[in-house]
Amino acid sequence: MSSVRTYFRDIWMALYTVAVGMRVTFKHLFTPAVTVQYPDVKLKLPERARNRLYVNIDDCIGCDQCALACPVDCITIETIKSTPDQDLGVTSTGQKKRLHVPVFDIDIAKCCYCGLCVYPCPTECIVMTDVYEFSEFERHNLIYHYSRMTPAEIAEAKEKLKKAEEEAAAKKAAAAAAKPAAPANPPAQAPSEQKPPSAT
Amino acid sequence: MEELLRSILGDTTLVYVIAAALPLLFILPYALVTVWLEMKVSAHMQDRVAYMYTGPHGIAQPIADILKLLQKEDTVPGMADKLLYTLSPFFVFMGTYAAFAAIPFSSAYIGSNIDLGVFYIVAISSLVVIGILMAGWASNNKWSLFGAIRSVAQIVSYEIPTALALLVAVMITQSLNLQEVSRFQEGGIQNWVVFGGPLPLLKKLLLIPFTLTAFVILFIAGIAEVNRTPFDLPEAESELVQGYNTEYSGMKFAIFYLAEYANMFLVSAVAATLFLGGWNSPFGDFLSGPIWGFIWFVTKGMFFIFLQIWIRWTLPRLRVDQLMYMSWKVLTPFLFACIFAVGLILVL
Repeated sequence: MSSVRTYFRDIWMALYTVAVGMRVTFKHLFTPAVTVQYPDVKLKLPERARNRLYVNIDDCIGCDQCALACPVDCITIETIKSTPDQDLGVTSTGQKKRLHVPVFDIDIAKCCYCGLCVYPCPTECIVMTDVYEFSEFERHNLIYHYSRMTPAEIAEAKEKLKKAEEEAAAKKAAAAAAKPAAPANPPAQAPSEQKPPSAT
Repeated sequence: MEELLRSILGDTTLVYVIAAALPLLFILPYALVTVWLEMKVSAHMQDRVAYMYTGPHGIAQPIADILKLLQKEDTVPGMADKLLYTLSPFFVFMGTYAAFAAIPFSSAYIGSNIDLGVFYIVAISSLVVIGILMAGWASNNKWSLFGAIRSVAQIVSYEIPTALALLVAVMITQSLNLQEVSRFQEGGIQNWVVFGGPLPLLKKLLLIPFTLTAFVILFIAGIAEVNRTPFDLPEAESELVQGYNTEYSGMKFAIFYLAEYANMFLVSAVAATLFLGGWNSPFGDFLSGPIWGFIWFVTKGMFFIFLQIWIRWTLPRLRVDQLMYMSWKVLTPFLFACIFAVGLILVL
């Protein structure tokens, strides 16, 4: 007898649960969709979202702190010292710029969006923006070159620095020649500075 | 319809060709609409929006799909039986399309006004089974074969509840000719077989629980016959890749797809004709006539299509033993009870 009851109860339960399920799906038929039509509609990002890096090269003083902070070494900076006769101007924070920055490359393919480069920057010239659509077909396009110095300018700056260094060296040599007694000291000091290998 | 064509074109074979091609003119746009509807309904039931770019709300997407399938490479597996592999999609579609011959689309059009309409539909739609088995076996792929075997087992066992449910309606209408069955239910919603047909009031009231049961069972068995969720074991994606049509690509796959959608409409049409008055208007003489008849018929058919889609995106798939349990231990005994009761009521 109980198996007969189970049989009919099962049938009833099947019909009832199907009806429940169908009511749920029917309700959802009229629920507004959660889809965002992405390329046409974009959700607003959180205020402190970390996406593509941007460098305001006009403010960069070439201090290399961001490159040092970077855990994946995606920032490459090269600098050329400026000579006293050059005025590179000041940053927007009022700091005097002393270095040319001929190379400021960020390999954004390597970047892990940690934001650690942003905090050490003394002039706040490296920032994370809200741009996240920058896919490329070629990987080398993902290396961003921020420096605006042309090869001619770089060569000029290098030339100037060389000249200045040569001038300084010449001055030094002249000064050294003026004081002939000076080079007498080093040969006397040298043996005491260099300990013999047998002593250790 | 045939008389009309014959009066225009004379007594030529062209008349038969046109009369035979008319359902195809319905099936092709219907399949496009239903593919779109299925995607849209399923998406909205899951709080998504489905395709939105091809035309307003993606209305042209099915056309784009067809164009894509037309351009696709038609691959045949190296170890497949080439002849059977190529034939089977057409076999499946043929079985489905042949059944449309006995479907009365309106009071003015029925492909073939044969007296054994219902019997013919049940018989000819079994041809689909052979096509599916051919496809699965000829593919020489174990998943395809599993799918085909399951499909055959399923369709063969669900043909019995289908035929018995049809018998309940036929006992009331006293005809196997679907045009006669439709004409029997003329005169408004209260004369439909699901509400007891145009019989004396007492008999009607006694019949309603049994016709309603038979109608629900016919619909359930219909879903099982077209291999749709929750009875989609033959193409269970999570188990069998895609079932019997795993190896098919391009237009052959498209024809399988078309056959599946045509089959969906076929079971809907049979249920609508036998239980919901076919091309009859629910308001008696109001909004009736050959053109309105066609619109009512398609409306009823599409209602069932929507119901099938709705069920598909609600229920999970049944297990094989549950499937067989349902057919042999639930639907069939219930229908025997229905047939007995209806027969008794009609004799009294």
